[in-house]
Amino acid sequence: MTVYIMCLALFSVGLYCVLRKRNLIKIIIGIGIMEYAANLFFVLVGYRAQGRAPIYAHDQVIEKMVDPLPQAVVLTSIVIALAVTLLLVTIAMRIYEKYGTFDITKIDKLKG
Amino acid sequence: MALLPYVVAIPLGAAFLILLVGRRFKASSGVIAVSAVFCVTTLSLRIASMVATGKILCFKMGNWQPPFGIPLVADGLSALMLVIASVVGLLVTIYSVGYIRVYTDRWKYYALMMLMIAGINGVLLTGDIFNLFVCLEIASIATYALVAYGLEDESLEASFKYAVMSSVGSCFILLGIAFLYSFTSTLNMADMASTLVSHRTDKVVYFVSALFMMGFGLKAALVPFHAWLPYAHSASPSPVSAMLSGVSIKVLGIYAIARIFYNVIGITPAVQSVIITFAVLSMITGAVLAFGQKDIKRVFAYSSISQIGFIALGLGISTPLGLTGAIFYLLNHSLFKSLLFLGAGSMERITGTRDLSKMRNVIESSPLTGYATLIGALSISGIPPFGGFWGKLLIIFSCLQAGRPVLAIVAVGVSALTIAYYFKALVPALFGNDAAFRVAGIGGKRITFAMAAPMAVLAVLTAVAGLILLPGTANTLLKGSVAVLSSGIGYAESIFGAIR
Repeated sequence: MTVYIMCLALFSVGLYCVLRKRNLIKIIIGIGIMEYAANLFFVLVGYRAQGRAPIYAHDQVIEKMVDPLPQAVVLTSIVIALAVTLLLVTIAMRIYEKYGTFDITKIDKLKG
Repeated sequence: MALLPYVVAIPLGAAFLILLVGRRFKASSGVIAVSAVFCVTTLSLRIASMVATGKILCFKMGNWQPPFGIPLVADGLSALMLVIASVVGLLVTIYSVGYIRVYTDRWKYYALMMLMIAGINGVLLTGDIFNLFVCLEIASIATYALVAYGLEDESLEASFKYAVMSSVGSCFILLGIAFLYSFTSTLNMADMASTLVSHRTDKVVYFVSALFMMGFGLKAALVPFHAWLPYAHSASPSPVSAMLSGVSIKVLGIYAIARIFYNVIGITPAVQSVIITFAVLSMITGAVLAFGQKDIKRVFAYSSISQIGFIALGLGISTPLGLTGAIFYLLNHSLFKSLLFLGAGSMERITGTRDLSKMRNVIESSPLTGYATLIGALSISGIPPFGGFWGKLLIIFSCLQAGRPVLAIVAVGVSALTIAYYFKALVPALFGNDAAFRVAGIGGKRITFAMAAPMAVLAVLTAVAGLILLPGTANTLLKGSVAVLSSGIGYAESIFGAIR
C-alpha cells in the first residue's frame, strides 16, 4: 500500500510543479514527473509479489508471473510522453527566441 | 467488417507519404491530403449507410477474439460522429489549400492535419479504452504543433499553454485507465462495462469518474477547465481553429465523456448532476466573456465554450429527448462553428485584421464570405428556420420535460445572450459602411476558389441541417446514436453480440 501512496505523492509533486512554477523548463519537468508517476502506477498495478518476467518457453512451468499487459501499455505511454516532452521543449526554445525569457508570467501577449 | 481500419489507416499513411515526398514535390502534399480525406469521407458515408440499417460493424485487429486484442467498432453514435468529423475534415482540408499559401513548409502542415484526422477517427472507432487514449494523444500532439504552426509569438504562447494543460488532462485520463484496469483486469470497453455492472457504487468507480471528468472535461473545454481554448482557437491558423472547434473538442471531449460515462461506467444521478453543473457554468461563463472580446476569433472561441455547455446540458439531462437535442445540436454546431471560423479566416485575409473595431464592409468586399458567415451566425444564435434553433429548442424542452424549469430558463437566457453578442460582434463588421475603413488595412487580398468553395458548401449544409429531424437516412442515424446512449451499459451485450 505504501508504494501506491508514494506513487500518488510523486504525481502530486508533478502537479504542484506544473501549477506553481513560473519557469517554462520547470513546468516541462513537472509534466515529466506526472507522466512518470502515472506510468509507474500502471506498472505497479501489474506487479505480483515475487513474480518473474512474463516470458513463456517450452520447458518451463510458470508459477508466478507479473502481468505483461501493463508493461506493454506503459511502453506505448512512455513513447507518447517522449513526444509531448520533445514538442514542449522545442516550443519553449522558440518562445525563448521570441520573448527572451522563460518566465511564464512575462509571456502574456494573449491577454483578454 | 474490413472497411473500418482504412478510415484510420488512410490518413495515417497519407501523413507519412506527405513527409516522404512533400519536401521534394511541393504541390503534391495538398493533393495527397485532399484525396486521402476524400477517401475517408466516402468510406465513412458508406459505413454510416450500413450502420443506418441497424447493424453494428466490428473489426477484430489481428483476428484476436475479444476481450483480447483491439476491436474497432462502428455503432450508431460512432458512425454519425465519423460522418460529421470527416465531412468537416474534408472541407477544412480543401480550405487549407487556399489559406496556407502564405506560410512556408506547407507539407508539414498537411502531414500534421492528416495525423490529427487519423487520431480523431481512431478515437471514434476504437472499442479499447487504452487505444482510445493513444488515438486521443495522436490527435492532441498533432494539434499542439498545428496551433504553433504560424511561429508567431502568440501562437507559440498559445501552443505551449494548450500543450501543458492538455498534457495534465491526459495524465489524469491515464491514471483513470490504470485504476479501471486494476479494478476490472481488462481494457476492452465492452468487457469492462459487463464487469462494472455489479460495482457501480464502489468508491473506485467514483474516483475514476472524477479523474475522467477532469481529463475529458479539459479536452472538451467545459468551464472549470476551459482556460486553454480561447488561446488555442484565436492564435492558430483559421482552418485549425475550425477543426479544433468543429471536431476536436466534440470528439475528444463530448464523445469520450458520452461513451465512457454512458456505455462503460454507466450514468448515475451523481455524474449527471456534475455534468449539468459544468454545462451551466460553461454556458453562462462563455456567453458573458464573449461580450467583451475585440478579436473576432476570440468571440467565436468563447461562444464555443458556451455552446459546448448546451450540448453537455442535453447530455446531462439524459432523457431520450435531451440526448436527441444534444447530438442534433452537436452536429449543427460542428457545421456552423467551422463555417464561422473559416469565415473569420477569410475576413482576416480580406480586411487584414482580426480586430472587430477595425473590420467593416465585409459583405461589400466579399459577398460570399459575408453571407456565409451571416448564415452561420443566424444558425448559432437560434433564428427559427436553421438547425441551431431546433437544437436549442429540443434541449430547452428536455429540461422542462425532466422537471428542471430553472435549467430551461438559464438556457433561454443564454440563447438570448448568444443573439446579443453575435449581433454586437458581426453586424458592424459585415454591414458597417464606413468610408474610413474602405482602404485601411494591409489586407485587401481576394479569397481564392479553394477557400470560397468549402465555405459555400458549409453554408448550404448549415442551412439544411435542420431537415435531419424529418424522417430519412440521417434521421435514422440520429435515432441510432440516441439509442446507443440510452441503452447505457447494454452496450456490452450489443458489442459482444455483433462480434460473435
